[in-house]
Amino acid sequence: MVKIKSPAELGALKNSIMEKRQAEKPVITICNGTGCQAYGSKSVVAAFENEVKKQNLESKVDLKVIGCPGFCERGTLVVIKPKDIFYQRVLPKDVPEILSETIGKGNIVNRLLFTDRARNEKIVKEGDVPFYKSQMRLILGNNELIDPEKIDDYIAIGGYTALAKALQMTPETIIAEVKKSGLRGRGGAGFPTGNKWESTRNAHGDIKYIICNADEGDPGAFMDRSLVEGNPHSVLEGMIIGAYAIGGHEGYVYVRNEYPLAVKNMRLAIEQAEAYGLLGDNILGSGFSFHLQIRRGGGAFVCGESTALMASLEGKVGEPRAKYIHTSEQGLFGKPSNLNNVETWANVPLIINKGADWYSKIGTAGSKGTKIFALVGNITNTGLVEVPMGTTLRTIVFDIGGGIPKGRKFKAVQTGGPSGGMIPEKLLDLPVDFDELTKAGSMMGSGGMIVMDEKTCMVEMARYYTNFLMGESCGKCVPCREGLRQMKYILDSITEGRGKEGDIELLQDLAATMVDASLCQLGQSASNPVMSSIRYFRDEYEAHIKEHKCPAGVCKIAAAAAK
Amino acid sequence: MPENENKAKVKEVIKKYHKDKSTLIDVLHDTQAAIGYLPREALETISAGLDIPLSKVFSVVTFFKAFSLTPRGRHLINVCLGTACHVRGADKVVEQIEKELGIKTGENTADLRFTLETVNCVGACALGPIVVIGEDLHGEMTPEKVSEVLKNYS
Repeated sequence: MVKIKSPAELGALKNSIMEKRQAEKPVITICNGTGCQAYGSKSVVAAFENEVKKQNLESKVDLKVIGCPGFCERGTLVVIKPKDIFYQRVLPKDVPEILSETIGKGNIVNRLLFTDRARNEKIVKEGDVPFYKSQMRLILGNNELIDPEKIDDYIAIGGYTALAKALQMTPETIIAEVKKSGLRGRGGAGFPTGNKWESTRNAHGDIKYIICNADEGDPGAFMDRSLVEGNPHSVLEGMIIGAYAIGGHEGYVYVRNEYPLAVKNMRLAIEQAEAYGLLGDNILGSGFSFHLQIRRGGGAFVCGESTALMASLEGKVGEPRAKYIHTSEQGLFGKPSNLNNVETWANVPLIINKGADWYSKIGTAGSKGTKIFALVGNITNTGLVEVPMGTTLRTIVFDIGGGIPKGRKFKAVQTGGPSGGMIPEKLLDLPVDFDELTKAGSMMGSGGMIVMDEKTCMVEMARYYTNFLMGESCGKCVPCREGLRQMKYILDSITEGRGKEGDIELLQDLAATMVDASLCQLGQSASNPVMSSIRYFRDEYEAHIKEHKCPAGVCKIAAAAAK
Repeated sequence: MPENENKAKVKEVIKKYHKDKSTLIDVLHDTQAAIGYLPREALETISAGLDIPLSKVFSVVTFFKAFSLTPRGRHLINVCLGTACHVRGADKVVEQIEKELGIKTGENTADLRFTLETVNCVGACALGPIVVIGEDLHGEMTPEKVSEVLKNYS
């Protein structure tokens, strides 16, 4: 690869890539993200490669192996462009027919089309599938257009043009633009990104670190994984722009070790960006240099907390510290450090390219842009959903998610991961943004959304989350370590039919102490599942305690109740 | 396995990371991948190589879930207990695997064929419950499917 030395050369490279491509030549995109791999997408890819050769179609069609487009429920997903023909649940045995019929003769293979059950009709085009229709896929949509292993694919869709533009702006103008856009951190806390950048830029010291938090520990959430796997360059581009604005020359991407494909694709992306001179010394001939390394996590939920993550980056035990001095002043190795989540970084190129005025028109008064949610649990269409901030839960769960399967009724949706809260049916029309979720006793978190049907016991769910958090508490501070343990004992006894009068009040007392006295956000938010389930489903707690009954029929308390 | 061979492997890993202290977790990952687990001797070599007290190395190893101080079976089974898998009955899948193999979570079978662990989320939630064996993902698991899936691993 030849180094790109100026924005003009980047434009020339894009043109030469585009010239080699024939717009009218069909491209078959095959999802090969971790979700689809569980369906066996690797063998679908292999089948396409073999069959294209066998049927002599090399000159008639191109294959593109892509990351996750989001509709995991119907994997393996195959889309034929430019006609946008959408085939779902594709197996290796379907491949010869797709090639001979659709590519060879232009016919549609009906049985592979998506059926809209509500209207009982087959849908041909991807864009007409209800799951995609109500979404606004500004960030995630690009996953469908690129092979994450090929930087040229990203450049072809205008990748790195935001970087080229940013390098011609002053750092102050970039920060002002990001502030004006209203972008807030997608990792959970929702802190204004521009303000964070500004304090790190203004902090004293020559060395400043730029960090990407890809330690997506929230069980049931996988949007960061899909971005790093499916479009790693968008995250890199955001980071390089951030580094230039903040004045940092070294950075880290901290990825969960449980995501091997994300680690692999990010590593490859860094190598390719370096080879093109988009990362490393003298980026695009601007004189600005930025070096990036990948570090893997060790499987600790608490390492999603910024100070714990930084400790782990230093090779230490991942314990958080009190933040009386912000990490923007003293973070990694005691130097000013700016940490943002994967999705936050991926939003940055968009803001630079399209401008803060455009960006800030999307969303609600206090929360701008889109948010990607991982819609999972008892839901018809499991997958990744990107919607403008302020979209109601009802739209997400019913219009996009297709409602609850098996004819069951909706009971609650847990947002914000294990330390979020359970939101009941009566709040389904809640517009989802940072502030509304907090008011409802939950939080945005990183964007996990777990739907629960009527057969779910809310006390047992609270016990599940508490047990998870107890295992993940680092043990450094007493309120979190002991508080969670005691909460779990109480919840164990309630779900086993040994609950006593006063247990609910005791849980509330413990929760109040943990909120006030825990060292980090893990402990401060750990009681959310218990508190929100008491707030909205108190009757279920009372049924367990007073009548020794589990209304959902989940808890095994029959024997204990008989005594 | 001969001790010298292991030591050479660990030294190779340390070299790859330029003896940089801050890379401890990556060094541990790669060492575990090379040897299969983290024996005391390996930790001593890492401690000396990266110039980190053995006690500190030990505390990092025991803090993170990914590391094992004891040998593991040929096939590592990881049952996902993430929330999406949990609401679809992953606990019953774990119970069934424990029953079939006669071991508890965290243990090896006597013939070192399997090690059973649980994981918090692998991010393939559409197909929950998920069981990962080695590098293979098995989706939509039920207790009934367990013995059929385990049969494929010798």
